[in-house]
Amino acid sequence: MAEKPRLKIPKEAKKGDVIEIKTLLPHVMESGQRKDKDGKPIPRKIINKFACEFNGKSVFTANFEPAIAANPYLQFHAKVDESGTFKFTWTDDDGTVTTAEEKITVS
Amino acid sequence: MRDLSRREALALGASGAALTLAGLSTGASAAAKEAAEQIAKFTGGKSAEKGKVSIELPEIAENGNTVPLSVSVDSPMTAENYVSEILVVADGNPNPGVATFHLSPLTGKAEASTRIRLATTQNIIVVAKTSKGEVFTNQKLVKVTIGGCGG
Repeated sequence: MAEKPRLKIPKEAKKGDVIEIKTLLPHVMESGQRKDKDGKPIPRKIINKFACEFNGKSVFTANFEPAIAANPYLQFHAKVDESGTFKFTWTDDDGTVTTAEEKITVS
Repeated sequence: MRDLSRREALALGASGAALTLAGLSTGASAAAKEAAEQIAKFTGGKSAEKGKVSIELPEIAENGNTVPLSVSVDSPMTAENYVSEILVVADGNPNPGVATFHLSPLTGKAEASTRIRLATTQNIIVVAKTSKGEVFTNQKLVKVTIGGCGG
């Protein structure tokens, strides 16, 4: 498990704010459509699932197909009513799970 | 010219329409057919109302390897009424599926952005489902200069 995800998320917010979250995980997202130089198909290897939870509750999840570009990027929103922790998970075709966490203070 | 009864005229019209449809489906690519199947599966056969969904995409994508895409739905995001799922398909890719987003009232805003691959010039179709069971759709044509699916 190599690459570190990149996150952009505010550290502080006011109660009831809708905040913007940006995430990116460096990953080849091999589509399974390409062939190597010997003409053999390169097997598919993509991040097929992304999930964002806040204090254990699901905020946003995505199912990806090979049509998602390399280094899968997502931008979405979250409504925050209390301080807590965002948890992000990316699931690879091979079963590898990458996680990241980010805290936010809500006043 | 009273030879054609109203019923006959209708029947003729209907068969004409059926012919046009058959012509279209054989003409359309396999991907477009698969895209339509995926949408039907997503909506459960319910017909989607056009509108409420906005798609932001470049008109011309020079590089199909990474094309910025933003989708948003004009809908409240309250516990009683929110957009629960958004399906994105590309009707000219080898696999038309692109992504499915699952939203909740905690999402706060029915909007998501990502970057996608496009093999060729084609339509991006977005279908959104609300918690109340409404289905909205929209589509946008993107011209692609260099395809992004590799050879």
